[in-house]
This record gives sequence, structure tokens and C-alpha cells, in this order.
Amino acid sequence: MIQVHKTTDSKLSLSHILVAYAALTIGGICGMLQGLVRGGVIELPYGIGYYQVLTAHGVLMALVFTTFFIIGFLYAGMVRTTGPLLPTVNKIAWVGFLMMTVGTVLGVIMVLLNKATVLYTFYAPMKASPWFYVALVLIVVGSWCALVAIVSQFRYWKRTHKGKISPLFAFMAASTMILWFIATLGVAATVLLQFIPWSFGWVDTINVMISRTLFWYFGHPLVYFWLLPTYVVWYVILPKMIGGKIFSDSMARLAFILFLIFSVPVGLHHQLMEPGISPTWKYIQVVLTFLVVVPSLMTAFAMFATFESYGRSKGAKGLFGWIRMLPYGDVRFLAPFVGMLLFIPAGAGGIINASNQMNAVVHNTLFVTGHFHLTVATTVALTFFGVTYWLIPHLTGRTFTKKLNRMGIWVTIIWAIGMVIMSAAMHIVGLFGAPRRTAYTTYNDHPVALEWLTYERVMAISGVLLFIAIILLVISIVMMLRAPKGEEEFPIAEVNAAAGQTPAVLDKWWIWIIILAVLIVFAYTMPFIDLINSGPGSKGWVTW
Amino acid sequence: MDARRDQMESKRRENGNNQQEHGQDEPLKGTFASVLMLGAFIAVSWIGVFLLFLNRS
Amino acid sequence: MHIHRLEKLWIIIGTAMLVVFLVAIGIGAYAMGNHPPGHTSSIKLDPEKVYETPPFDNPGLEKIGENEYNAYIVAYIYGYNPGNIEIPVGATVHFYVTSADVVHGFNIPGTIVNMMAIPGEVNEMTYTFDEPAEYLLLCNEYCGIGHEYMATTITVKG
Ligand code: HEM
Ligand SMILES: [Cu+2]
Ligand SMILES: [Cu+2]
Repeated sequence: MIQVHKTTDSKLSLSHILVAYAALTIGGICGMLQGLVRGGVIELPYGIGYYQVLTAHGVLMALVFTTFFIIGFLYAGMVRTTGPLLPTVNKIAWVGFLMMTVGTVLGVIMVLLNKATVLYTFYAPMKASPWFYVALVLIVVGSWCALVAIVSQFRYWKRTHKGKISPLFAFMAASTMILWFIATLGVAATVLLQFIPWSFGWVDTINVMISRTLFWYFGHPLVYFWLLPTYVVWYVILPKMIGGKIFSDSMARLAFILFLIFSVPVGLHHQLMEPGISPTWKYIQVVLTFLVVVPSLMTAFAMFATFESYGRSKGAKGLFGWIRMLPYGDVRFLAPFVGMLLFIPAGAGGIINASNQMNAVVHNTLFVTGHFHLTVATTVALTFFGVTYWLIPHLTGRTFTKKLNRMGIWVTIIWAIGMVIMSAAMHIVGLFGAPRRTAYTTYNDHPVALEWLTYERVMAISGVLLFIAIILLVISIVMMLRAPKGEEEFPIAEVNAAAGQTPAVLDKWWIWIIILAVLIVFAYTMPFIDLINSGPGSKGWVTW
Repeated sequence: MDARRDQMESKRRENGNNQQEHGQDEPLKGTFASVLMLGAFIAVSWIGVFLLFLNRS
Repeated sequence: MHIHRLEKLWIIIGTAMLVVFLVAIGIGAYAMGNHPPGHTSSIKLDPEKVYETPPFDNPGLEKIGENEYNAYIVAYIYGYNPGNIEIPVGATVHFYVTSADVVHGFNIPGTIVNMMAIPGEVNEMTYTFDEPAEYLLLCNEYCGIGHEYMATTITVKG
């Protein structure tokens, strides 16, 4: 086995992961405070605003924790499956890391100074300090360095292994980064062409609907950028964890290609309640949104199949005998597995949200907040926690001890319980109409709003529970960094022999990227023409 | 349908795949039952909110 | 490339379920007129001249039929102009909503009235109030420091 620790590649991955967890910790404090404020338990001291805290939470969790963890994890897997990063690739990767880190620090400073209390979606015409937008550019351009790094490494492997099908992990890593690049073009366009000139005062007005449409062109594939690395863990790593095989290499690749193709031209499903977009284009993007459910259905089958075929190979009998054969006592399995199970209600909620006019029942209510705490904060986060318990030892040349495992199991249980309770409360109270992104209020003791309070108190309690899990997680990370020296492998499963050969067409990127480009042009051209022809833009407002 | 199956079978053989040695797909009844339950859960949740929508409109 | 028989079956069943959902909402939208709010042919406003542009130069209720109204409403930080609207039970109201400043929400919990008020655009939706009650109308999009105070009522008299 290649020794990876103490190499500059391992330091690269580790740095990303430590920044990710720093963000999670600060973001977690914010999350707990939000719960306590909304539940009417506390008021924030020292003139700190609720929306300031919420902006920090959204940016640190949705943008920083996820992006840093994903990129760090993908580098480690590229090293494992394609060999040490080429020297230039490694350099580009470090440049990207520095840009993203500087961007994060600058952004957080702007939020702390109350110069950018615009939430992580920074909807125009609220106008933050230009430096907040510059911070976003640094984070995005830094992440593009990671794209260049990973794709170059991938192509180098292809060049040196002519005629061979790429390693599944590398294929998935490259597709994830390509998806990210195509998605971030939208946010880069709105920030560079609209927000920066406007916030520096070079132009007076901004076209609000175009900025929103560009934002959501990015905002939906953003959630797939979180989900795909999670699926990488489920497809490529979990089978190894349980001692089984990858169910089907070609179906896994096909699923990723479908994600790549269908997760971009669907952003309008976040704008269903907005004017200026024709109902037909909304409906078309709703149909495309439903198509992107299909690869998730395939993934569900592949996961159960991996578990069942492993269980049967160990002699499991009956319809569900295999369920008892899985290694629930190992956090490296348990955490992603619990995440997987909770993706079922998460996915069901997503289909509800995207259902065109039905969106009126849930739009901008806490239902949506409950939904994405199940998807990203439970499914994705728990999967990443599970990875962390072997990845940090792997990167630092330490061992994964029994004690760490016990801690990890507690983190998993407390986090899962906290998130289930919090999300359930959010879903229910959201169906009653309680708005998201809103500080404590009873709307002059309006009877409708008073009914929400019980649920909001439940959110407060579960927030405290979640924060306890974060403390345990941080303690585990410190313990991992000081664990006894040793070797921990980066687990990569083999493909089930019965799965058949992978057709080479699945490895031909250009075909899929062209299809994607055609779909994007199809889904967005007409809506954009309508929006460009709209009236004068808006001047900026500072309303906080 | 049968003809297509045969075609696929022979293609697989050409690929030198060891699948035809078992001839049959491995047993995945439990998987199928699980995904059907998952599908039922999605359907029930969706229909619930759909009815709520109709009720409120 | 080999696909398990049961996996094929599952993909067919799952996709069929999604198609049924799409057909149900498609019929609701296209055959029963339950489109999501908003339309494109609307008046384009200059966000700085909302109160000079008809119909928002005269915000409020306009009776257009027997128990049928147009409601022209301007959302602003942190309220709705006009607030505290009163209508008789059974009234059909066509809401026309815009914003005089930043983006706001326009949501009546317990109904399907839920739309975005966006500067420069007019959002539109129709709702019939069959139950007498004091409905809460609130802003469900963050709009600034006073966002949680941005609400009013719509009183439906029996
Ligand atoms: C300690 C654990 C956490 C707690 C207690 C928590 C709590 C909350 C609460 C109460 C809100 C809603 C506030 C509102 O709408 O008024 C919120 C929003 C949000 N949370 Fe969390 N959360 C936690 C972890 C996470 C994680 C791990 C992620 C993502 C990786 C995340 C992502 C978000 C996002 C994106 C928002 C929306 C922000 C916005 O509306 O601008 N949260 N969180
Ligand atoms: Cu989306
Ligand atoms: Cu508001």
C-alpha cells in the first residue's frame, strides 16, 4: 500500500477537512442560537442580530463546510485511485485552497461587521458590502482550481491507461466537479456582472429577476454537488466497509451521468411562486426536475442490493434476513447508513416541494428548512461524519481506535435523533404556514401564529442536542489527530463479478456535456428573453 | 420480448462475461420489497400534501 | 451492461409513479387553471415609481363584480399598503402584488395564497375566501431587520 500520510497530498486533504469542521462548529453554534431565539427561549445579546447569525449559518454550512469537505475528500480518493497528484496539480490545488480560505475569512468578517446581513442567497436588491461579493468570487474561483486539479489528474490517468475504463471513484469525482463548474457559471455570472459593479457603485441598478434566475440556476445543482460525493461514499466505499461488492459499475456511472444531465436545467423549481416567468416554462422545468429523481431511485435499489447480496453471501435467509447482517457497531458504516435511511423522507419532501402549484403549500415555510436539514444536514452530513472517522486517521497515519468508534456512534445517534426531531417539527409547523428565515414573533398574538410556538420550542431543544453532537465530534477530531500511529486504508470496493462489463460510452464525457448544454439552452433561453425585456432595474437597499 | 432477451444473452456471452454461468439474476427479493416500501412512502406523503393543496384551494 | 430484472421493474414502477404525479399537477394547472402564481404579460414597473404607476397609484380594493374584487397591494419595508383589508365571505379576490423596495413574501397561512413580491414585477393570483375569519397575511421572505413584524390581516366577514 502507498504511504500517503505526511505527503503534501495528504496535508492538502487534511487542511480542507479541518477548515470544513471549523465552519461546522461555528455554524453549529449559530444553528443552536437560531433555534433558541425562534423558540422564544433567549434573546441575542450585544446587539447581534438574528439575521446576522442566520447569514453566518447559511454561508458556513451550505457553502463552506460542504465545499471544503467535498474537495478534500475527492483529492484523497483521487490519490488512492489514480496515484499521487501530479506536481502541477498539487500546486493548483493549494492555490485553490488558499483562495477559498481567504474568501471564507473575508466573507465571515463582513457578516460579523454587519455589512452583509443578506443571508446566504444574497437576494438583490439588498446590497451588501462589495467585499462580501468579492469573498464569494474568491470561494468560487478557488473551487474552480479544484476542478482543474481533479480533471487534469483524471485526464492524466486516461492518457496513461489507454483503452481502459477509468476507476469508478475518479470518474465520479470528475463528474462531481464538472457539475460544480457548470453550476457555478450561474453564480459567477450574477456576482461578477451584476452584484460587483452595482455594489461598488459603477452602475445604479440591478435586474432583480435575472439575478434570482442566475442564482437558482446555480442553487439547485449546488444541492447535487453535496449529494454526489455522498453517493460516491455509498457506491464505492460502503460496500467495502461491509465486506461486499459494488452492485454494478455501469449502473453507478449511468446514475452519475443522469445527475449531471438533469440536475442543472431545473432551477426554476425554486422560483415557482415568482412573477415574470411563464407557467409553461415552470412546468417544463418541473418535469425535468422529476427526471432527476430517477437516478436516485436507481441508487436506492443499488444500495439495498449491495446489502442484500452481501447478507445472502453470509447465509442470510428469508426476505429480510440480510438486514441483521450489517455492521451497525462500526461508525464508519453506521453514520452513512443512517444518513441513507433518512434520505427517504428527505427525498419524498423534495418531490413535494418541486410539484409546481403544490409548492404554494410549502414555499418559504419551515417545511423547506426541515427538508434540507434532512438532505444536507442529515444525509450528507452523517455520511461525511462517517468518512471523517477513517479519513483523518488515513491522512495522518494514525489508527482508528475502539474509543473513537464509540464516540462516533454517540455522535451519530445524537445527531440523528436531533435532526429527526428538529426536521419533523419544521415539516409540521411549515405545513401550518410558519415562515422560514423569521426571528421570534407571534404576529401580535395572532391565534394562527400562537399555535406554532410549541413546535418552535421543540426546534430549540433539538438544536441544543445537535450542538452537543458537534462538541463530541470536535473532541473526536482532536483525538484522531493524537491517536496512536499506524495505517488506516482508504476503502475502495471491487465490482461484483456478475455486474457485466461497463460500456465505454459511459466514459465519453463530451457526449454527456453536449446533451447537458443543449438542455440548458432549451430550458433557459425563453425565460431569459422574457426577463431581459423587463422594465428598469432596482437601486440598492440596506435594510438591516 | 423473448427474442430481445436472447439477443442480450448472446451479447453477454460475446463479452466473455461470467454471468451466463449462473444464467439467472441473483435473488434480490428483499431489495425489491424494500424499494417498493420506499415508493409507497413517497406516494403516501405526496398524496397527503396534494390533498392538503386541494383542500386549501 | 447488465441490469437486474427487478431493478428494471423498479425503475419502471418508480418512473410511472412520477408520471402520475406530473399528470395530476399538469391537469390541475392546465385543465383546472391552478397554475402557480405570476404571469409574464404583466405591467412592468419602474421600482422607484410604484406609487405613480397605475394601478398602484391607487392601492386597495376595486369591486369588479358581485362579490368579486381586484386587490392592488404594495409590499414595503415592513408592511402592506393597504393593510387590514375587509371583504365579505365568499368573495373572489384577484391579488396584484408588487414591492416598493426589496423582495418580500405574500403568504396567507391556511390558504394557497403564497407568492413573491418583487420590485419591478407584478405577481398575480386569485383566491376565493369561503370561510369567515381573520386571516393572517405575512411576509415570508427575509426583507430586513424588521422582517418578523411585517404582517397584516385580511378580515372575511360572515
Ligand atoms: C447544530 C446543528 C444545526 C441546527 C441547530 C440548525 C438549525 C437551523 C435553523 C433553526 C434554521 C432556520 C432558521 C430560520 O429559517 O429562521 C437553519 C437554517 C439553515 N440551516 Fe441549519 N442547523 C444545523 C445544522 C445545519 C447543517 C449541518 C447545515 C448544512 C450543511 C445547515 C444548513 C442550513 C441552511 C442552508 C439554512 C438556511 C439559511 C437561510 O434560510 O438563509 N444547518 N438551521
Ligand atoms: Cu432544487
Ligand atoms: Cu419580510
